[in-house]
Amino acid sequence: MHPVVKTVLERLGLGLATLFFVSIIIFSAIEMLPGDFGQAILGQAALPETVAAFRQELGLDKPAYIRYFDWALGAIQGDLGTSFSGRNASGADRSAEVVDKIAPRLWNTLFLASMAALIAVPLSLILGILTALYRNSFFDRSVNTATLTTISFPEFFVAYILILFFASLNQIFPSLANVDPDTNFGERIYRTALPAFTLTLVIVAHMMRMTRAAIINLLASPYIQMAKLSGASQTEIILKHALPNAWAPIATVIAFNLAYLVVGVVVVEVVFVYPGVGQLMVDAVRTRDIPVVQGCALIFAVTYILLNLIADIIGIVTNPRLLHPK
Amino acid sequence: MKDKFIKAQQEKLTLGAIDRRQFITSAIAAGIAIPTALSLASDAIAATPKKGGKFRMGLGHGSTTDTLDSGTSENHFTLVNGYTFGNHLTEINNEGKLVGELAETFESDDGKTWVFNLRKGVEFHNGKTMTSEDVLASYEHHMGEKSTSAAKGSLSPVKSIKADGKYKVIMELDSPDTDFPYIVSDYHISIRPAGDMTSGVGTGGYIVQSFEPGVKSVLKRNPNYWKEGAAHFDEVELLSIVDPNARQTALISGEIDAMDRVDLKTINLMKRNPNINIMQATGTAHYTFPMRLNVDPFGDYDLRMALKWAVDRQELVDKILLGYGAVGNDIPIGTANYFHNSDLPQREFDADKAAFHYKKSGHSGKIQLSAADAAFAGAVDAAQLMANSAKKAGIDIEVIREPNDGYWSNVWNNDAKGWCACYWGGRPAETMMFSAAYVAESKWNDTMWKTTDSAVKFNQLVKDARKELDESKKRDILYECQRLIYDDGGLLCPLFNSYVSANSKKIAHGKIAANWDSDGAKCVERWWFA
Repeated sequence: MHPVVKTVLERLGLGLATLFFVSIIIFSAIEMLPGDFGQAILGQAALPETVAAFRQELGLDKPAYIRYFDWALGAIQGDLGTSFSGRNASGADRSAEVVDKIAPRLWNTLFLASMAALIAVPLSLILGILTALYRNSFFDRSVNTATLTTISFPEFFVAYILILFFASLNQIFPSLANVDPDTNFGERIYRTALPAFTLTLVIVAHMMRMTRAAIINLLASPYIQMAKLSGASQTEIILKHALPNAWAPIATVIAFNLAYLVVGVVVVEVVFVYPGVGQLMVDAVRTRDIPVVQGCALIFAVTYILLNLIADIIGIVTNPRLLHPK
Repeated sequence: MKDKFIKAQQEKLTLGAIDRRQFITSAIAAGIAIPTALSLASDAIAATPKKGGKFRMGLGHGSTTDTLDSGTSENHFTLVNGYTFGNHLTEINNEGKLVGELAETFESDDGKTWVFNLRKGVEFHNGKTMTSEDVLASYEHHMGEKSTSAAKGSLSPVKSIKADGKYKVIMELDSPDTDFPYIVSDYHISIRPAGDMTSGVGTGGYIVQSFEPGVKSVLKRNPNYWKEGAAHFDEVELLSIVDPNARQTALISGEIDAMDRVDLKTINLMKRNPNINIMQATGTAHYTFPMRLNVDPFGDYDLRMALKWAVDRQELVDKILLGYGAVGNDIPIGTANYFHNSDLPQREFDADKAAFHYKKSGHSGKIQLSAADAAFAGAVDAAQLMANSAKKAGIDIEVIREPNDGYWSNVWNNDAKGWCACYWGGRPAETMMFSAAYVAESKWNDTMWKTTDSAVKFNQLVKDARKELDESKKRDILYECQRLIYDDGGLLCPLFNSYVSANSKKIAHGKIAANWDSDGAKCVERWWFA
């Protein structure tokens, strides 16, 4: 078997094992949440009878391990269960499948994540390479200062500043990114511009500095010295000789940031009223809508594992030493 | 005389009984100068509801677990949405008065048997005509044994409910309650077509087009709406915008026309905007710190009294509500209530009285007060301020910050905590408020004030008040009830909070109701574009 295929299969196997452990952690963590759906949804108005009616109806009176296996077996078959909200003992069942609840939200999140990534990844790579090329120059220093400044501020602050300048003082972009499935593509891009810029500002520093550091690190190695002696230009050295060997750490950092864009943008969603999956999960935790929480957590775990797997594979196929191990 | 005539003419103009020309002619005839007459006419016309437009409102609530089932309606988004597409047997109008809604009239001879005469010719959005069958089914939805409705408790006094023909519903209570018609105006008890309690089909002024929980609700005007002079907008979009800054920015940049829950910290900046109106309504909503009599040391009368005197209420109004509210007087009845007992002297901070009672109680050591902002915004700060003022009277209050999560199940109304922060929306009728949290059999009796002599007397008086049909006698009884809570109860109620909202100057409305935020949560059917 080709070593790359072998490594990929190995990583995939490890990923599945990780997923299994993560599912147990998710389930136990949720078990430890105080209160339950009935209490959360009825709030101050909860009576012991109504709470008990909810528990029985939702099957929460069954032992935890049985509920875990029910859920895990379902999840393997792609069935994440049915949301707790919308069920009612009398009257029609209006509850939605977890998949149906998550899908449109996940699509929104992926849309915003891709938009932010499409701006942020090329931007940080270019800035990273340029700053490596002109390191310690005025340009290098100002780019570093600017990106470090934007990453140092909390997301909501960056978001508010953008709202202030681009939505409030000059009404260029809308402050509400409230898209719905009927919103057309152009309108969607327009509405999500400010959240995408916010996310870009937040993640650029990490990726850009990693690119810069990885390249600078390689510039000290003997083979680059060799290339230099052979008369290659600075640009040639970086793009042709240094960059191919730097892909592994850069890919890892990019994967990490992409995963963050999918799972960690709830603050930005709240500020811009964007119907993404983060807000769905926070609401679900608050009201103890457990199937939705579990579904979201599982999807987040899969996102991390997959993106890291891809980063690993990129690291392997671009690195001759890993590609041809002795 | 002249003013009165002009006012009457203005009203006629508002209602469309006379036109602008007739109004101006009559005003000039009454000796008013022409420019004044013209401006009077425009004032009156501004108050004339106009049809049309798309109303977009940002609400500070809303969650992805919201539904269209009124039984589990729990936040202001679901409340406003519910009142927009649904009706109830009765409603509280914008004057705070109870009137029939789907029940044209309602009556009772003894306060025990209530007859609701339903309005004829009311259609549900699906075309079905509303009859007693639907009312019965709707009530069964909340009262049934397996019901998960939050209204189950308030409807528990209903012993039987039956139809008498297609347009009459008779409810039998287990004991008389002359305020029962108030209970049926509760936002939980929406009338829906039999067999479909949850899909959002109602009889209201707007028809649900799409509902995305925690995001928005899109509605359009019901062309067959039975209610006159209501539902003026063509289209409505209710948006859940939980972040206050996002809500305010949206209003300032014109993406929404109205919003609830203005952030008091930035209200002065909002006021400067020339296109925005700020509205304030002080109603029945109040913030409380219930002391549980069955938990030591709150069973002691003097200790409770000491704590009641140890709170600087005005400071709380100034610092927690930033002036948007009123001081409370340890009764759960506000000035907006009809039978509010205004004879009780307003309790103020009095270190001497507090120290006197505290000494008499013989208590020493720390008194724990649990608070979390889940109770109300600023609850923890309010508790700290209380601890601070109590220190001046030699009382040591230890504030315990509780997690917001599970606050209502694990802290409030729980014997593990003797004293905590709480919030009540209040009730339009005094006996309803008492039944909710102060009578012995209430499950939400968070003060556990049940067994003292005053409490026993109170419970009897509430029963008497429910039976009483004579207004002045009822007033006497209810005044006495309030006095008993004021003196002996476990209730420490320092604040009545105002509902503060904002809207674009394009919006016009009549008098604003104070029973709930957003014009009694009925702004969508009451407001219009000027």
